[in-house]
Amino acid sequence: MVAFGGWEMPVEYSGLIAEHMAVRRGAGLFDVSHMGEIEVEGDAAQTFLQRVTSNDVARLTDGQAQYSALPLPTGAPADDVIVYRKAAGRFLLVVNAGNLDKDWQWLQSQSPQGCALRDASEETALLALQGPRAQEIVQPLTSLPLAGIGYYHFAQGELDGHSVTLSRTGYTGEDGFEIFVAAASAEPLWMRLLEAGRDKGLLPCGLGARDTLRLEARMCLYGNDMDETTTLVEAGLGWIVSTDPAKGDFPGRAILEQQKKNGAPRKLVGFEVTGRGIARHGYPVYVGGQAVGTVTSGTFAPFLQKSIGLCYLPATGAATRTEFQVDIRGRRVEARVVPTPFYRRTR
Amino acid sequence: MYPAELRYSKDHEWIKVEGDRGTIGITDYAQKQLGDVVFLELPEVGTKLTAGDSFGTVESVKAVSELFAPVTGDVLEVNSPLVAKPETINTDPHGAAWMIKVLITDPPSVQSLLDAKAYEALIASEAK
Repeated sequence: MVAFGGWEMPVEYSGLIAEHMAVRRGAGLFDVSHMGEIEVEGDAAQTFLQRVTSNDVARLTDGQAQYSALPLPTGAPADDVIVYRKAAGRFLLVVNAGNLDKDWQWLQSQSPQGCALRDASEETALLALQGPRAQEIVQPLTSLPLAGIGYYHFAQGELDGHSVTLSRTGYTGEDGFEIFVAAASAEPLWMRLLEAGRDKGLLPCGLGARDTLRLEARMCLYGNDMDETTTLVEAGLGWIVSTDPAKGDFPGRAILEQQKKNGAPRKLVGFEVTGRGIARHGYPVYVGGQAVGTVTSGTFAPFLQKSIGLCYLPATGAATRTEFQVDIRGRRVEARVVPTPFYRRTR
Repeated sequence: MYPAELRYSKDHEWIKVEGDRGTIGITDYAQKQLGDVVFLELPEVGTKLTAGDSFGTVESVKAVSELFAPVTGDVLEVNSPLVAKPETINTDPHGAAWMIKVLITDPPSVQSLLDAKAYEALIASEAK
């Protein structure tokens, strides 16, 4: 167990590689109840969210979610989030555990009007069941027709008698569900899901596999791959920045619009280590002998069986196949920019 | 539980002493702490080590750990197949996952090592 964002969480249950491969081949169950949930409700809820998030909230229909960010005036994010539209005037923001207080303060500072914010984190648990066999495992426990819930869509219903919201979202690059449930139901539901998935290879998975899975799928980790010093465009998230005229103004809009059009000075790229070694967070990165930054995320990818990572390179020298070096504990090791995601599931 | 014929260091290496030869690896406790091993770096034959020197690194997905020489000696042999298949460290840490063989050049450096019982006591206290 380790301290993570103010919570005590397991790094692994039975072994990181076994858990990672279970998610890629069968299914894995994660307790991600540490995430924060902020309800935004009222007639002007959508207007407020349009003003404080980067993506276009108006595109959402009832039961649909979108990946987004809370941009600051610099164009850098205070956090990356998922916005859920339950119904007109009823939204949910899911935020990173370590940023809950910061996000709450920031949202309050943006003067919400015609809507109320409520921190529902304490009473809400979140379990993520991820992998190609996820639907097969969950379906017998609910009358909700899961095949009818599309990617980044969600529905409310009952799961083994517990009232839940089932969302087809995740942080692994596989199909799967994130299950919102009352905190008091978390433990019985966890046990029931493990039981239901036992003969289908379901394994409980910890933080270790969560990190290797999301990195293979090139999903950013706030705090590592982006923070308040990196703009959303630099982080490769221009696609969640809407510059549609109808979207309206939001912090950092002008900078982000300019960067989307003309490019940003640096770029978060994916790389493979071509020499011997594993590149890890914080290791210095060199281009032509010049220090240009550090590895933001790096690991040995269990499914791909190679050392992969993300780092910021100057935009002028960040093309695929660019060769550079990572300093691995005093040794300069060759690496190469590769396209991302490193792993993509076959539908 | 820990083989009685081996000696152990506080850094969780084991050594099998046979005359002036020693075979060295890391213990079952060490491999459990590491998790799935994916990378191993060992020294070259001929390297001269002093007890306490780092002689390589072992990496799991989540962590990097240095290897420390339990005795003073010269590296005679390196387990190259292990470098190619480092996951053996998780499955057979006291046997097939031996790492280096050394010529012990300072026999007294063996005396300060722990026997199996003392090592078991050490890891029991570390678990608290």
